[in-house]
Amino acid sequence: MTLSESVGVVDEANLHAASGYPDIRLNGMELAIYTPNSIYRYNVEGAVLSSLELKNNNKRFHRFPVLISSLIMGLLIYVTPGVAADMDIHIALLSMEEEKHIPLSLLVPTIDDTGQMGAEQAISDNNTTGQFTGQSFTLTMKKVKPDTSLAEVFIELHEQGIRLFLANLPAAKLIELADLPQAKESLLFNIAAMDDDLRTQHCRPNLLHTIPSRAMLADALAQYLTWKRWKEWFLVVGRHPRDKAYAKALKRAAKRFGHKIVEEKAWTFVPGARRTDSGHTREQQEVNAFTQVGDYDILIVADEVDEFGEFLSYRSYLPRPVGGTHGLSPAAWSGVHEQWGATQFQRRFHEQNGRWMTDRDYAAWLAVRSIGEAATRTSSDQAGRLKGFIMSEDFNLAAFKGRPVTYRDWNGQLRQPLLVTSPRLMISVSPQKGFLHQHSTLDTLGYDRAESSCKQQQPR
Amino acid sequence: MLAIASRRCFGIRLTLIALLFSFAMLASETVQAYTVYVSSEKDNTISVIDGESLKVLEKVSVGERPRGIALSKDGKILYICTSDADHIEVLDLETLKVTHILPSGPDPELLVLGPNGKYLYAANEDDNMVTVVDVEKRQKVTEIQVGVEPEGMGISPDGKWLVNTSETTNMAHFINLETLKVEDNVLVDQRPRVAQFTNDGKQVWVSSEIGGTVSVIDSSSRKIIKKLRFEIPGIHKEAIQPVGIKISKDGSKAFIALGPAARVAVVDIAKLEVEKYLLVGQRVWNLDFSPDEKRIFTTNGVSNDVSVIDVERLKVKKSIQVGRLPWGVVVRP
Repeated sequence: MTLSESVGVVDEANLHAASGYPDIRLNGMELAIYTPNSIYRYNVEGAVLSSLELKNNNKRFHRFPVLISSLIMGLLIYVTPGVAADMDIHIALLSMEEEKHIPLSLLVPTIDDTGQMGAEQAISDNNTTGQFTGQSFTLTMKKVKPDTSLAEVFIELHEQGIRLFLANLPAAKLIELADLPQAKESLLFNIAAMDDDLRTQHCRPNLLHTIPSRAMLADALAQYLTWKRWKEWFLVVGRHPRDKAYAKALKRAAKRFGHKIVEEKAWTFVPGARRTDSGHTREQQEVNAFTQVGDYDILIVADEVDEFGEFLSYRSYLPRPVGGTHGLSPAAWSGVHEQWGATQFQRRFHEQNGRWMTDRDYAAWLAVRSIGEAATRTSSDQAGRLKGFIMSEDFNLAAFKGRPVTYRDWNGQLRQPLLVTSPRLMISVSPQKGFLHQHSTLDTLGYDRAESSCKQQQPR
Repeated sequence: MLAIASRRCFGIRLTLIALLFSFAMLASETVQAYTVYVSSEKDNTISVIDGESLKVLEKVSVGERPRGIALSKDGKILYICTSDADHIEVLDLETLKVTHILPSGPDPELLVLGPNGKYLYAANEDDNMVTVVDVEKRQKVTEIQVGVEPEGMGISPDGKWLVNTSETTNMAHFINLETLKVEDNVLVDQRPRVAQFTNDGKQVWVSSEIGGTVSVIDSSSRKIIKKLRFEIPGIHKEAIQPVGIKISKDGSKAFIALGPAARVAVVDIAKLEVEKYLLVGQRVWNLDFSPDEKRIFTTNGVSNDVSVIDVERLKVKKSIQVGRLPWGVVVRP
């Protein structure tokens, strides 16, 4: 791209910016243009990497004279060393519009782009590497309405030549896509569905999981509670199938690690408005009455839908801690994590997006970085070759967890350490010391090879 | 009787020899007085250790989260990356006072001084840059764009090349210090942390913390000639995480800190093989030689101490308690 062409790109961006001057930033070999309503990202060739509509954005806009920015862009292209991008690797992220979720706490932001921002960060990381290896990565976002056919969208992307997909979808939709004839030569990364069935029965050769399963999360918590010797649990389960699935994983973990569920109750109150004035008086009464059971060490709550779990801490009849989906929670990622170089990673994300990374963002980052790592090492963009490398002994990925993360060859699940967090600090990281395994201690979390009927798959 | 007497004589003789030997050891050690400086990222201090008595003389308070440290060429000044303060602090080693600060770009982690001591090169983890700072003018000269999360910095003995590693891009970037341009990139294993040239400048050694390897790169062809791997019985390979590297002046041995494995690997450079593992404290990250290279000092982050290794006998001699989470170490003659 020449200087005059780069001016062209900026001019084009200026056209996009219907009101006000755009804010132009250089990020590696990328040019990002922030306008009051959108973010546009271009690679050095002037190709659009992604565009994003912003809602309620509170980014500050510096008013850069466009010409100066163009000059910087031009200079960058002449000064920056490296190879011209000669391999474009396209990745698509598929998601469905979901009902807006209002958190119970005012402190927790409402997030409607979970997953996507993690993928964007990994694209940017991959492209920084790509400037030295001659590879460039682009992300296509498709968010469909619940009544639109996902298969059609998938086939359309397939026809455009895309073979690498991230799926931010529920399990049933995910399997539907993985079973399409067009998906046969594609590679799909599950960044959202935590269903254990996907790891024990319904495995697919073209499907990998970067989001942990519920069993992995429950085992991570149970191992920590073993270390604490908090062995008697009071289990409280929400009314949704997801809550029940989480409770099932907890029961399995309790059995595995020698805990006892001494009380179990279902929370059946139908929630009204998420937040009301004087709401606390009612919650104080409700929880106090609901938790009048025999003695236990810890109240474990299964409320994935986030309807009531937040109400339990400090309100239980007995003075006991709360864990599970709320309180002491197992997670793949959390804003409280700053070990093993995560600080810089967190800062990068927060600066860009004004919020902390979620589990799905992290799962999306892992998926795109897995693709990037495989593409760098194999110099290939073919889904089959990339998968071959990802599943091989040579693959390992640094993921800010203090040890390499890899994929389980029997079910395509990414094995990783999991965090045990409180709302404001990290409490511990599982696997806990002393939980041993003949292959990898990370396989003490979730369904092990012998417990899964999936016997993968591709040659290793 | 005779036998017992002679055995006793032999015993006395042995004691005498041992005594003489230890006097000789003391004498030889007092010849070269030196001081060891250790940064503690949790305590925000620099511990000053006397090389002779191996005692902590003082703990100097500095800015938030001191990590990488480097000595000026005349040995009068210590440059400290105070990462959370987003700058470099300059500590006068006579007065032990911070005299001024240098700009560094955000979150400086590691720094290295150029061959004539005029320029300082700092890795900024937050914005994918290597910052060049003029230490006399106290100004940022320029920034060089590198990979994601730059960290390790190694300067060739002739001062012509800077090798920077980037932790998420997994590369060693060869930067020409005359043109300040990246001229070559060598792909190494996951999360490269430290780059260190051999004294003859012919090789660069790059440690990959998560990959668990050290890549030995030929400086002229920029090809990896050997990937060193480590195996310690009873320790899972994922816990073997190489970080700090020090290479002896005569080019015979390299010492590699292996992080959570709590070991330092001793590598025979001619054979490019590990010859021994030495047990030190937990999360051992960085190390430095004494001026006579008879000892090596390691920082053990989790056990909050410094291990002192006898280089000739390859034995760990002593452990010195320092401030919490020791990170960087340098020795001043």
